[in-house]
Amino acid sequence: MKYLLLINTRSPGEPPAGEPGVEEFMAYDKAVTDAGVKVDGNALDLGTGTTVHVRADGERVVTDGPFAETREIVGGYYLIDVPDLDAALDWAARCPGARYGTVEVRTVWEPDAS
Amino acid sequence: MSGRRAARSVEAVFREDRGRLLALLAARFGDLDLAEEVVSDAMETALQRWPVDGVPDKPLAWLLTVARRKALDRIRRDRAQAARLAALRVESERAAASPAEPGFDDIPDERLRLFFTCCHPALPEEARTALMLRFLAGLTTPEVARAFLVPPATMAQRIVRAKRKIRDARIPFRVPGPDELPARLPGVLRAVYLVFTEGYAATFGDDLVRPGLADEAVRLARILHGLLPEEREVTGLLALLLLTDARRPARVDAAGDQVLLEDQDRALWDAGLIAEGRRLVVPALTGPGAGPYAVQAAIAALHDEAACFDGTDWPQIVALYDVLLRIEPSPLVALNRAVAVAMRDGPGAGLALMDDLSGAPELRRYYLFHAARADLLGRLGRTGEAAEAYRAAVALAGNEPERATFERRLAGLTGR
Repeated sequence: MKYLLLINTRSPGEPPAGEPGVEEFMAYDKAVTDAGVKVDGNALDLGTGTTVHVRADGERVVTDGPFAETREIVGGYYLIDVPDLDAALDWAARCPGARYGTVEVRTVWEPDAS
Repeated sequence: MSGRRAARSVEAVFREDRGRLLALLAARFGDLDLAEEVVSDAMETALQRWPVDGVPDKPLAWLLTVARRKALDRIRRDRAQAARLAALRVESERAAASPAEPGFDDIPDERLRLFFTCCHPALPEEARTALMLRFLAGLTTPEVARAFLVPPATMAQRIVRAKRKIRDARIPFRVPGPDELPARLPGVLRAVYLVFTEGYAATFGDDLVRPGLADEAVRLARILHGLLPEEREVTGLLALLLLTDARRPARVDAAGDQVLLEDQDRALWDAGLIAEGRRLVVPALTGPGAGPYAVQAAIAALHDEAACFDGTDWPQIVALYDVLLRIEPSPLVALNRAVAVAMRDGPGAGLALMDDLSGAPELRRYYLFHAARADLLGRLGRTGEAAEAYRAAVALAGNEPERATFERRLAGLTGR
């Protein structure tokens, strides 16, 4: 079963709670890869986000950044394939992002699931 | 055998073992909905067959075999589940199920898995208690709704949503490993405790006690204790519930009014429950690292052992609250300790402690904080302040009998 781990860092306006080191993420990435559960995963640039919305009248609205009200910003993600939620939560808890921000665990919708 | 008697047998088995059947089937097939459906189907089959064939020697095994077959039939019919079918190696399962039906005692008890699934931290707390009552205590959704004074449709939706999350996020039916247990067990114990407190002192409504819910909590705690006899906090929780529940007959008078601990007729307390609870407190409390439920159970035991309110061992109770404050500090525990100090050292000493606590917002909103202060102020002769505190308690109290108690006390003060 596929789970998406959304690694939320604090947005630039929030007081910093420290930064996970690159080595920490490298070690985590190696662990996820070696365990054979990683489907995909990337860190995201934080300052380049652009948001698009298409209005009912068809007008395209492009704005800078993610939604302005967001207190946290997605700084990276992993797509993992593990047997159940407990296994996914274990991987989420091991992610360095969980100690400096939060990791949101989402299931990937599958048409055959129900 | 008459149809009525067969129906009663089915119901008795069902009530007792529905949770066991559900747990077995949910663990086997990983699908709570499927488990529920086939357990209901098996029940219906029993209602048709038992009056004709007689009640089988091993009713649980019989129901399990029938439910399992129905589950396999359903999976086979359901094309969407074809992949699962292969994974489950249905044929070998079928072969294993048919020749010798296992006896009652040979059937593993998988309810612990179900406890941990129902109380999974990924589920909202209000759903955890509901799922436990529904799947482990065997209550129907309308019964669960009534117990929590929630409209049946609201409760049904709450349960459906939680079941959907269990299925779609694939919350597993498993007992956490020894390294996870310390983090996961408190959630299960808390859910059982919440069922009990809701039954013992209803947070709102017209009744002080909703006995059904307290009984169910005791039943759940007994099941849990049977499954985890070596876990001291499980033992502590069961002891706490028994020792508290023992006083239930004396808590409400003939008119339905609340009777406070100091005024209760201790002859009405249930000696059997007290004896059982006291036996359990000892192993729960003995040894290093006693947990919060064991300590609370010990406090309850001291109350139950006292021949009269004034004869209570207050110094020992204060000492136990000190322990509790260390392992689980909270303003509420500090408030209870202050009440015990007032009994040991006099109302002035207790009031000083309460005044130190009055900054805690959760206590300022808590009616029993004001009621406890009012009591001490009254005993110190500070009638005006006592009346004011009782009025705050009346304004904040959620259930009618408790509100009435404070109103009587207020009237008693101003009438003097």
